[in-house]
Amino acid sequence: MARTKKQKELDMVDSPLVSKGQGIAIGIFLTVLAILFLAPILIVLLNSFKSRLYISDAPFSLPNSKTFVGLSNYTDGAVKIGFFQSFGWSLFITVASVLVIVLLTAMTAWVITRIKSKFTSTLYFLFSFAMIVPFQMVMFTMTFVANRLHLDNPIGIIVIYLGFGSGLSVFMFSGFVKAIPIAMEEAAMIDGCNPLQTFFNVVFPMLKPTAITIAILNAMWVWNDYLLPYLILGTERKTIPIAIQYLRGGYGSIDMGAMMAMLVLAIIPIIIFYLTCQKYIIKGVVAGAVKG
Amino acid sequence: MQKALKKYFPIFALPTLVAFLIAFIVPFFMGIYLSFCKFRTVTNAKFNGIANYTKAFANKDFLNALIFTVEFTVVAVITINVLSFLLALLLTKGIKGTNLFRTVFFMPNLIGGIVLGYIWQLIINGVLMKVVGHDLTYNASYGFWGLIILMNWQQIGYMMIIYVAGIQNVPSDLIEAAKIDGASSWQILKSVTIPMVMSSFTICLFLTLTNSFKLFDQNLALTAGLPSRKTAMLALDIYNTFYGRTGWEGVGQAKAVVFFIIVAVISLTQLVVTRSKEVEN
Repeated sequence: MARTKKQKELDMVDSPLVSKGQGIAIGIFLTVLAILFLAPILIVLLNSFKSRLYISDAPFSLPNSKTFVGLSNYTDGAVKIGFFQSFGWSLFITVASVLVIVLLTAMTAWVITRIKSKFTSTLYFLFSFAMIVPFQMVMFTMTFVANRLHLDNPIGIIVIYLGFGSGLSVFMFSGFVKAIPIAMEEAAMIDGCNPLQTFFNVVFPMLKPTAITIAILNAMWVWNDYLLPYLILGTERKTIPIAIQYLRGGYGSIDMGAMMAMLVLAIIPIIIFYLTCQKYIIKGVVAGAVKG
Repeated sequence: MQKALKKYFPIFALPTLVAFLIAFIVPFFMGIYLSFCKFRTVTNAKFNGIANYTKAFANKDFLNALIFTVEFTVVAVITINVLSFLLALLLTKGIKGTNLFRTVFFMPNLIGGIVLGYIWQLIINGVLMKVVGHDLTYNASYGFWGLIILMNWQQIGYMMIIYVAGIQNVPSDLIEAAKIDGASSWQILKSVTIPMVMSSFTICLFLTLTNSFKLFDQNLALTAGLPSRKTAMLALDIYNTFYGRTGWEGVGQAKAVVFFIIVAVISLTQLVVTRSKEVEN
């Protein structure tokens, strides 16, 4: 695979800048640190095979014949919170919201950038403004509006995600549209394309790198989001974060066995996603940070 | 082109605009209005001036949350940025396994706040029980430092990646020249590398600042404000006021407006700082 200069830089495979001894010392230090970074997840994994009675008291001891319970935490926990339904809801809401956000905000960003008027610049301002408003500012009233309009279900929440997420996405797409030459679009229109054809055949393909960035940022947000879906959907149809929080329950003690097992199940899809799309995720997150 | 685009404007923008109106514009202005009202549900709101704001600022929980949030933010911003910058320096030395280390350090960033909170609750409680014989809910400072550790674990990898990109953009001939002039590696770091990565610093500073200030999920999962709301940050305190105290919905909304104003000031400061930097360049 041909690699561009930029990718090579990102891969950090430059020639060593330190002596061999220093390199080994740094290597050892980073290895220890990496193990420390992974330790919390490994400890949760170990505890997920222990009986719930032996977790809080001795979280750092390995499972033994007395404490080992096999996969029963997984089966009990999954039934208790309906993990697989939750996984389904999380997946559905995330995929649908991300597709809708990417497509519709790209279309919006294109027209409000290309049409020059007071109206479109006001819209651009409002979208940018929405980026800096914290969720707590609108959570109560948004929940009210969503209930009134019967958007308090897994389909309706996609509309809410589109609306609340459109600020950042329109802002980032607009920034990119400004940077692409208008000549190609004009040529397409002169050749008889209508704006829809122009957008899908000419503009959107050029927006693809930005679209991937925006898709990743939104996917991370929606997948991990707790409060918005909790307020909109309640606990009847739980996404994964709601299901995990649900385990804590009221004032009773937490079933630590089920909690450990469910934490592991919640992390597995994220790790698979990360390891398969790592290149895009890291690039996307950096691009999002720099532009946002 | 303008004319054709204007004709198609509704097809392109209307769905987003409607959703934006429903999920942001209407709730936002309604929220501002309701912060001056007494209400239980939105439909029975009665205007009562700035009473909600005076109540909010007289509320011990709110002031406590404000102080806790500011202290947390200061410590988190400093620790995360120092550690991630040091890590970025080590990861740009061209040693073996750099990519693997980067993968590991970045990973916690993708895990959601609720899950992170419960992972660390297990670890921190385990250590505390062994060392002092109490758990996180015993003392507010345990919760404070627990949140700091959690935030560092989550954010260091992310900021490190941004610093790495910044450090790699420092032209290598600049460093070569400094070396030829006899500069020590400390002098190179201080006089060449750090000034050249100032824009990365600005980005990371504001990212950590807003992330820490707006923290909610991690706070809810790790301590839920315990002991007795002492470790509740602003976002959690606003949530508690809305949904945990009947008759205080208006005060909750007033707190939310104050919260919004603080976050907006931070964001606008960032904009001004970034703009002025761009002019310099």
